[in-house]
Amino acid sequence: MIRPSLERNRLAHAIERRVFLNRTLSLGALTLLTGCDITDQDEVQSVLKWMSRWNDRAQALLFRRDALAPTFAEKDVVHDFRYNAFFPAADAPVLTAADYHLELSGLIENKRPWSIDELHALPQQSQITRHVCVEGWSMIGKWGGARFAAFLQRVGADLSAKYVGFQCADGYYGSIDMATALHPQTIMAFTFADETLPVKFGYPFKMRIPTKLGFKNPKWVTTIYVTNRMPGGFWEDRGYNWFSGS
Amino acid sequence: MTAAAPSRDTQLHPLSRRVMHWTNALAILVMIASGWRIYDYYPALPLNFGFPYYLTLGGDTTVTEAINNEDGLANALAWHFGAMWVLVLNLLLYVAVGITSGHFRRDFLPLAPRDVLRDFTAALRFKLDHRLGEYNAVQKLFYWGVLAAILVTILSGLSIWKPAQLKELTWLFGGYEFARVVHFFGMAAIVGFLVIHIALTLLVPKTLVAMILGRVSNPPHSQKGERR
Repeated sequence: MIRPSLERNRLAHAIERRVFLNRTLSLGALTLLTGCDITDQDEVQSVLKWMSRWNDRAQALLFRRDALAPTFAEKDVVHDFRYNAFFPAADAPVLTAADYHLELSGLIENKRPWSIDELHALPQQSQITRHVCVEGWSMIGKWGGARFAAFLQRVGADLSAKYVGFQCADGYYGSIDMATALHPQTIMAFTFADETLPVKFGYPFKMRIPTKLGFKNPKWVTTIYVTNRMPGGFWEDRGYNWFSGS
Repeated sequence: MTAAAPSRDTQLHPLSRRVMHWTNALAILVMIASGWRIYDYYPALPLNFGFPYYLTLGGDTTVTEAINNEDGLANALAWHFGAMWVLVLNLLLYVAVGITSGHFRRDFLPLAPRDVLRDFTAALRFKLDHRLGEYNAVQKLFYWGVLAAILVTILSGLSIWKPAQLKELTWLFGGYEFARVVHFFGMAAIVGFLVIHIALTLLVPKTLVAMILGRVSNPPHSQKGERR
């Protein structure tokens, strides 16, 4: 079930944060003594955070619900696609079709878990789009899967809610705004370059959201939930901008 | 020397211009320093070149690592996308005031290629006097040039920030990857301007006084005044 794991995650997070806070205070003092970088001061950090919230709102306003992210030709597809996560590819979680179930939680009417076969039975579409990483690199890839909006409708998600959150098998977590969740190019991707999605790229599925930066495209998704409470995200909680649209 | 000469040899900067100048200076410096850190994470140019860490903005990586378990890119991005608003809003205000007050027309125009050539050759032979309150043709060209460079850098920056929402703009800059290269060279042009701008300020320090206090004059019968 999702509840306990969410709860655990939150607790682990609170502890983690407290540990970090303690370190911040001592390191902050050290910084003052050594006259180090102004960036690390709490006041500066809170101004930067405030600006980042402001940028979330600005990007939500800039977001065009029906405008498609640029698409490319088959010949533009990069086949030696870069692997990117906070751990080496060899440590990627291996999920098996027999054991896997996608859990649903939050403001969703029908929370019955989904098997891989059921997910594959959804109407499929494909896209050739540019994956843009927050670090600056980008690669054009081809992904195929089910339109996320159709899935959300099918399970009776509250489409007027603000956020859709994701929990992943590797401990990664993230969330997006509902407008992006309903965008026509936002898909649950089961294939990459016309092949079953490789383990290192998120088998059984990853979210493919070409209107977001790469880190907003979670892999190895095990739980999807709908909520009005800002869920944050793995990198967002480490200082990256939450909306991170492209 | 006519009586009018001393009053012409005066540099005036109204308070609004001074505030906008220093706001712009700060915003540009933050953009450059944080941009250098961002560049280093994935260089846009295929060169074995990166900006030295101590020149970049985004916090001490050991500290951000401890606070955020993140090695400093998030901070640099936060600076960059925060200062961007200051830069753009201040610039829009500056252009609006520059046009309505006549500052652009009076001080940056007219600008004829012939005058630029004349003043440029004079400058190369160290024969170009600096008259306070009056910009020579090379100076005028420089100010237009840096304004253009800032504009290109902002627009290419927007197209990197929003290659999907502003895809038409990104297309204009030759696509996402090329827009990063344009953004880099826009920055390089601004840095080039800054080097010359600061060097010339050091040569004629009174211009710096004027940009801080608002007014500075050369004495009416100075050696320089006579030579003209």
